[in-house]
Amino acid sequence: MKEFKILAVLVVLVGVLYYGIEPYAHSVMHPEVAPANFNFDDLKNVDTSIKGNGANGKVLVEANCIACHAIEKVGHLQLMPNADAAAAYGVTPPDLSHAGRIYDKNFLANFIFDPVSALHLEHKYPVGGAKTFPMPAYNWMSQQDIMDIVVYLQSIAPKVLDDKVGHAITFKAACGRCHSMKYGTLEATTPADALKTYMGVTPPDLSQHIKSRGEHYLHSFINNPQVLIKGTAMPRVGLTEKAQEEVIAYMEEIGDSKKEERETVGLWVMGYMVVFALLAYLWKRQIWKKVH
Amino acid sequence: MAEFKKADSMLEWFDQRLGVVKFAKVMMTEYWIPKNINFLWAMGVLLTVMFAILLISGIFLLMYYKPDINMAFDSVNYTIMQEVGYGWLFRHIHAVGASVIFLIIYIHMFTGIYYGSYKRGREMIWISGMILFMLFSAEGFSGYMLPWGQMSYWAAYVITEIFGGIPLIGGDLVVWIRGNFYVADSTLTRFFMLHVLLIPLAIIGAIVLHFYALRFPHVNNEEGEFFDFDAEAEKYQEGKHKESKVIPFWPVFLSKDIFVLGVFLVFFFYLVFFHYGFAMDPVNFDKADNLKTPAHIYPEWYFLWSYEVLRGWFFEIAGVSGKSLGLMAFGFANAIFLVLPWLDRSPMVKPANQRPYFKYWFWLLIADLMVLTLFGKLPPTGANAWVGFGASSAFLILFIALPFITAAEAKKVKGQ
Ligand code: HEC
Ligand code: HEC
Ligand code: HEM
Repeated sequence: MKEFKILAVLVVLVGVLYYGIEPYAHSVMHPEVAPANFNFDDLKNVDTSIKGNGANGKVLVEANCIACHAIEKVGHLQLMPNADAAAAYGVTPPDLSHAGRIYDKNFLANFIFDPVSALHLEHKYPVGGAKTFPMPAYNWMSQQDIMDIVVYLQSIAPKVLDDKVGHAITFKAACGRCHSMKYGTLEATTPADALKTYMGVTPPDLSQHIKSRGEHYLHSFINNPQVLIKGTAMPRVGLTEKAQEEVIAYMEEIGDSKKEERETVGLWVMGYMVVFALLAYLWKRQIWKKVH
Repeated sequence: MAEFKKADSMLEWFDQRLGVVKFAKVMMTEYWIPKNINFLWAMGVLLTVMFAILLISGIFLLMYYKPDINMAFDSVNYTIMQEVGYGWLFRHIHAVGASVIFLIIYIHMFTGIYYGSYKRGREMIWISGMILFMLFSAEGFSGYMLPWGQMSYWAAYVITEIFGGIPLIGGDLVVWIRGNFYVADSTLTRFFMLHVLLIPLAIIGAIVLHFYALRFPHVNNEEGEFFDFDAEAEKYQEGKHKESKVIPFWPVFLSKDIFVLGVFLVFFFYLVFFHYGFAMDPVNFDKADNLKTPAHIYPEWYFLWSYEVLRGWFFEIAGVSGKSLGLMAFGFANAIFLVLPWLDRSPMVKPANQRPYFKYWFWLLIADLMVLTLFGKLPPTGANAWVGFGASSAFLILFIALPFITAAEAKKVKGQ
C-alpha cells in the first residue's frame, strides 16, 4: 500500500511538471491562430457562381498565359530554361497543368483577377509602390472570361494517385518553384540566388518541416502564412483542403519516412516489455515469499 | 607458481584462475541489502541499466554520425533517421533515454535526501553521486549539441556565454571553451570528443566509485535504522530468512529491481516510440543558423531549474548587475548540493516526514524546484520575471537556512 502511495506522489509531481513544460509552455509560446479557411471567402472580386465555358477559356489561356507559364499537360512547353525564366520574372512561373485541381476555385478566379490581394502580399506590393508583381492582374477581363479560364484549367488537370508519387506531383506544382526538398532529391525550379533577390529571404528547404513545425502548424501556415508570420514574403498559395493534405502527406513521407515502421515496432516492443514485467513480478513474488 | 589440479568443470577452471566463486559471493550472493526498502531503492539499478542502454545506442549512432558543421545535421536526420536500418530506433532510444535518465537521477537524489541517506557515514556515496550528476549534466549538454539543430546551436551559445560573466577571465574562458570567438566547427568537434570519450570514461569511473562507496556504510533503509549487518547476515545464512533484516543482492534484491525495471521499460518504450517530442525538441529539426535567433531559447528540461535561478536576477542591486547576481546564484545552486551532508546539522537519519523541521524544508525545496522548472521554460516577461526572482531567492534562502533549521531540530529532538 505504502508503495502505491509513493508512486502516486511521484506520478502527480511528474505529471504537473510535464504538463507545465510541455503542453502549457507551448501554448504560451505558440498561441492558437484563426482556423484554416478553405473557402477563401475574403476574396469577392469574381462571382464564381457564373458557369464557365472551357472552349473560350482555352483561347484566353493560350492568348494570355502561356507566354510565361508552361502547361505541359496540353503540350505548351516552358519557353526558356528555369534560370532564364527566373531572371525574366523574378521567380520561375509554375507549370499550370495541375492548377485547376490544386487551387481552390474561388481563390484561382480571384487570383487571376488580382494576384497580389489573393496572395496576401499587399505589404510587399502596395498600390503605386516601386515594386510590381511579375504576373499582371487580369482585372480588365470580364468575370465570365475569368470563369472560362478557371473551368478550362479544371478540365485539363489530370487526376493523381493518392500515394507518394501523386503527393510529390502536388508538392512540386504548388511549392516547387520556391522550396527544395533535399531529402526527396527535389530542387526548387528557381535558382537559390534568384529566390533570395525575389523574396528577400531564401525559402527554407522543407525536408524536416513536418518535424520542426508539425502538422498542426503546417495546416494553418500553408492556408494563410500571414496569421503565423506577420509580413512574411511567403504567399498564400490557395490550395484546396485536399491538395494541402497531399502536400503535408508528402512532407511526412519524406521527412518522417519511418513513421509506420516506428509504430508497428513500438507495439511489439511494448508488448514484449509487458510480458517481461509480468514474468518478473511472478519471479519476485516467489523469491520474496521466502523472506517475508 | 601455485599447483593447479585439472579442473572438473568449466566453473572450476575459471574459479582456479579468477576466483569467480568468491567474486560472485562478494559482489552478489553475500552482498547484503536491508530488507526494509521500497521501490525507490530500485532507482540505482534503473540508472545502471539506462546508462548501459545509452552506451549501446550511442555506439550505434557513432558509426554514422559526422562531427562537422556541414554534415552533422544531415548525418543525423537523414542518414541515421531514414537510411540506416533501425537507425531511427537507436536515435530515439538515445535521445529519450538521455532525457529520462535525468528523471530517474532526480528521483534517486531526492530519495537520498528524503531518507537522509547522505550523512552519518554515507557522505562519500552522496559526493560520488553528485559527481555523477555533474558528469551527466555535461554529457547531456555536450550531446544535445551534436545534431547541430537550431536549439543545439543556440542553447550552446547561451550556456557558454554564461561563463563570460566570470570576472577577469570570463571573456578568455568563453573563447577557450568554444575554441573560437563564436560557437563554431571547433566547438562541435571538441564537444563531440567530450561526449563520446572523456565524459563517458569519467562516468564509468565515477559509477565504480559510487558502488564502492556503498560497500562500507551499506544502503540505508525506509526507517533509517542502524543495525549490525554482520549479525543479520549470519542469521540469513543460518536459514532464518524471515527474521533477518537483510537480503542478498542476488537474487532477492535484484528480483524486485528487475520487476520495477520491467514496469519502467514499458513506460520508457512508450515514450521512445509514441511520445518523444519532449526529448527531441521540434526546433532542433531546423538546421543551426547563426543569423537566425529562435523566438524562444530554452535548455533541456532537466536544466530548467538552474537556468531559472540564473534568469531570476534581472535587475541591478547595490551596483551589482543582474547578470552578475544571476551568475553568482547559478554557481551557488550548482555547487550547494555537494555539501548537503554538512549543511544538515541534525544527526537524525529518518524519512523526512518523521523529522519535525526538516520535513517542511524538504517539501518546500521540492515545491520551489517545481516552480523554477515550470517558469524556466516560460518567456521571462512581466509577472513571470518576478516569480522567477521570488523562486530563485527562495532557493538561496532555503539552503542558507538549512544549517539553522537542522541545528534547531537536533536540539528539539535531544530535548525530548
Ligand atoms: C508575365 C508573366 C505571367 C503571365 C502572363 C501570367 N503569369 Fe501566372 N504567374 C507568373 C509568375 C512569375 C508567378 C509566380 C509568382 C510568385 O510565386 O510570386 C505566377 C503564378 C501563377 C499561379 C500560381 C498562384 C499560386 O497561388 O501559387 C497561377 C495559378 C497562375 N500564375 C495563373 C496564371 C494564368 C491563369 C495566367 C493567364 C491568365 C497567368 N498566370 C499569366 C507569371 C505570369
Ligand atoms: C513564392 C514562393 C513560395 C511558395 C510558392 C511557397 N513558399 Fe513557403 N516560403 C517562402 C518563403 C520566402 C518563406 C520564408 C518565410 C519567412 O521566413 O518569413 C517560406 C517559408 C515556408 C515555411 C516555413 C515557415 C516557418 O515557420 O518558418 C513553410 C513550412 C513553407 N514555406 C511551406 C510551403 C509550402 C508547403 C508551400 C506549397 C504549398 C510553399 N511554402 C510555397 C516562399 C514560398
Ligand atoms: C547514473 C548515475 C547513478 C547510478 C548508476 C547510481 C547507482 C546507485 C545504486 C545502484 C545504488 C544502490 C541502490 C539504491 O539505493 O538505489 C545507489 C545508491 C545511492 N546513490 Fe546513486 N547512482 C547514480 C547517481 C546518483 C546521484 C546523482 C546521487 C545524488 C547525488 C546519488 C546518490 C546516491 C545515494 C545517497 C545512495 C544511497 C541510497 C541509500 O543508501 O539508501 N546517486 N546509487
